[in-house]
Formats: sequence, C-alpha cells, structure tokens
Amino acid sequence: MGMTQKRETLLEELESAQGLEALQGAIEELREHFSVDHMVYHWVSSSGEQYGCGTYSPIWVQRYLDRNYIRVDPVIIGCYQRFHPVDWKRLDWSSKAAREFQKEAIDHGIGNQGFSIPIRGPNGQFALFSVSHHCDDDTWATFTDANRRDLILIAHEFNQKALELEPGRTPDQQRALSPREVDAMTLIAMGYSRAQVAETLSISEHTLRVYIESARFKLGALNTTHAVAQAMSRGLIVVSNG
Amino acid sequence: MLHYIYADQLDNFPKLKRTMFLDRSDQFKTRLNWDVNVDENGEERDEYDALNPLYVIWEKPDGSHGGSMRLLPTTGPCMVNDHFLNLTDGVRIESPLIWECTRFCLARDAEPRTAAALMLAGGEVMTGFGVEHYVGVFDARMVRIYRLIGSSPEVLGSEGKGREQISVGLWSFTEEARAKVAERAGLDPAQSRAWFEAAFGSDAGAALVEFAQSA
Repeated sequence: MGMTQKRETLLEELESAQGLEALQGAIEELREHFSVDHMVYHWVSSSGEQYGCGTYSPIWVQRYLDRNYIRVDPVIIGCYQRFHPVDWKRLDWSSKAAREFQKEAIDHGIGNQGFSIPIRGPNGQFALFSVSHHCDDDTWATFTDANRRDLILIAHEFNQKALELEPGRTPDQQRALSPREVDAMTLIAMGYSRAQVAETLSISEHTLRVYIESARFKLGALNTTHAVAQAMSRGLIVVSNG
Repeated sequence: MLHYIYADQLDNFPKLKRTMFLDRSDQFKTRLNWDVNVDENGEERDEYDALNPLYVIWEKPDGSHGGSMRLLPTTGPCMVNDHFLNLTDGVRIESPLIWECTRFCLARDAEPRTAAALMLAGGEVMTGFGVEHYVGVFDARMVRIYRLIGSSPEVLGSEGKGREQISVGLWSFTEEARAKVAERAGLDPAQSRAWFEAAFGSDAGAALVEFAQSA
C-alpha cells in the first residue's frame, strides 16, 4: 500500500470511530505509520473538561500529572492560546524548571525533538496535537518538512472527531456540506476538470479551490480525490452513470 | 520593522498597541465611515480582537504603528463565517490551511512601502506555518491598494455597488509574488525572515540534542 493510501485508510478509520477509546487505537496506528516515538492529542473543552489520548508511557503520564508539569511544560505554555504550529526547538526552554523537565521527559523516552499543532475550535475549545522523536536536527527538519501538511490535517481531524463525540452535540452540526460544496464535489466526482466545474458553477477556479478545500476539511480527507471518495461513501453526493 | 504579536502579548508593546487601535479608528471610522465601535479612548476594537488573534504590525522608526492586519484561523470563530456567508454562497470557509486576514490598516502618514511590508509578512506566516491561503473581507477602496502593491485578491463574492461594495477575497502567494512584494517593500527577504524568527523563536537552539546526548 502506498504511503498516501495508508494515511487515507488510517484517517477513514479515525473518521468512523464511534467512541473516544477508538481515538486511542487510531493514534497508536498513526504513530506507527509515521515511525515516530510518540504522538499525543490533548483537548480542553470550553468548560474546562480535558481529554487526551496518545502513546506516552503511563508512568510518564502519571509523573506529569503528579508534578503538575502542565505549569512548567514549554510546549503547553508556548502553544496555549496560539494557533501556529511549532517546532519544540523554537520554544523557550531557558528556565531551570523547563530544562529539568526536558531532561526528565527525555529520560522517559519522549525524544529530543518535537512538533506541536495547537488547534482552536469553536466556542473556546482548545487542543494540542504533538509528535516527538529522538534524532538529530537535520533528520527532524526533513521529517517535519515532508509531513507538516498531513500532520496539520490529521491533528484537525482528531479535533473534529473529538468535538463530534463531545456529549450533547448533535452529529449534524459537523460534516454537513453546503449546497455549493455538494455541487462542486459532485461535478469533480463525475470527472469534470476544475476548469469545467468552475465554468458550470459560474465561479472562478480560485473560488472552486476554496470550496474544495473547505469540503476536504469537513470530510476529514487528505486531498481532493480522497474527499470525493469520502463524500460518495457517506452518501453526501450521488453520482449516477445514467 | 515587522512585528508578529498575539493579542495577549500586546501589553509588552504599549505604544504600538495604543497607536494601532487609534489608527484603526482613524481608518475605519473616520475615513471609511464603517459602522465600528470606538471606545472612550478613541480606539477601535471588535469582538475578534478578544479572541487572541495574531497581529502583524509594521512599526515606524518613532516606535508607533504604521500599518497592521489581524489573523485568525478559520476553524474557530471568524468574520467571514460569522457575518459574510451571503458572499460565499453559504459556504463556511473552514480549513487549517486557510487563515482569515482582516482589519488591514495603514496609518495616515505611513510610508508608501508599509502595505507591501505587511504583505511580505503575510508570506512569512504562510511559509512558516503551512498556511496556503488567506481569506478576508474588504471594501472597494482597498482593491486599488492591493493592486498597487501587486497582491490583488481573488474575489469570491461581492455585495453592493461602487465605493460601498464589500467583498470576500482570497490571497494565495507564489514565490514570484513574494519577490515582487519584497522589492516594493524595499526589504531584504533575509531581514524579513529574521523578524519572523525573532517573534517565533529561531531553529538554532540545539539544546535538546545536547540534553539527549548528556542524558
């Protein structure tokens, strides 16, 4: 199976997850696929409830909670209330507490490299998705350059899923495509070129690109082809050959 | 110089902060006559300033605000999705790869290159954070300014006529566009990059690796 195909399959599994436990399974598979030491998703709702899944050892998680490292961790401090992805090297590790924390984290196998994606969802919801690994700077730069886009998309898909599974939320609030997005995806699925779709819908190709991108996000897909397949398999668009 | 400042960091830059909100009032209330709120200190703010947006600010040599714009992710609350769905055929433009850019503002006495400098900064954010497009709301008078600095948006939808026309537009920067904007801004791309790194931390710190090796 090709790399992109594998990622699409993993995302589809994540998308069809029926409960928060399934997110744990998904993150373990993704960590393995990306061949990194760790992958973690941590979510704080608007009412302050927390949820997390990931691959850190239970010993480290317990230690982190016991020592209340959330108040020291430069990743949390540097990402909270932010929305730009960040390499851990760019964070402020200068304080003594941060350096001690870092050493301990490395001792617990977190790795010496990391990349985090803060996510700002609706209604004050905040989440953080991180990958970490042990390797040299060049190897890590190569990895993040090659995977940044997919990691950002995967991080947000985790968040979409977590929001969907939030108690009291109706499923239809997420994932619904607007009529315009349905039109665009239907025509793409029928094999029209982008130029033809844009012309048919009387919009520019740039506008079409935005509609496809927003549909892709709602469908939790990695690219346009994947988004079309997802829309079809969920019955959001119907393409007949008749 | 260019600054990249989240709202919760603005207090570290009191003069920039005050003059930015004053200049916004001057542009949007006094000159454009938009229906915006100006407080008792003469500063213009809206509800999105309370959401900890990222401001890109050009600082004049005297330390005051020369121009700015405000960035927010489209995955959270933002102006286009909250107020202008009628201009996008009802499509909520939501994606981690598309950020919203609003309140593009120039001080009355801004140097001519200020707008281009801000556009250059927009390009730094795209490169640095994997953003592929900006979406934004603007009125007819801005169209000319965007064209002059070589960074015209693609209009997704418009409403109204003449000077009153309001549009939602999309920016996508190519490397060529960036070079052109840098030239108009009279800025060395390396300098621009250095300002960006000063704001978000440079990649130079090898502290982690040293720790790994000593551990």
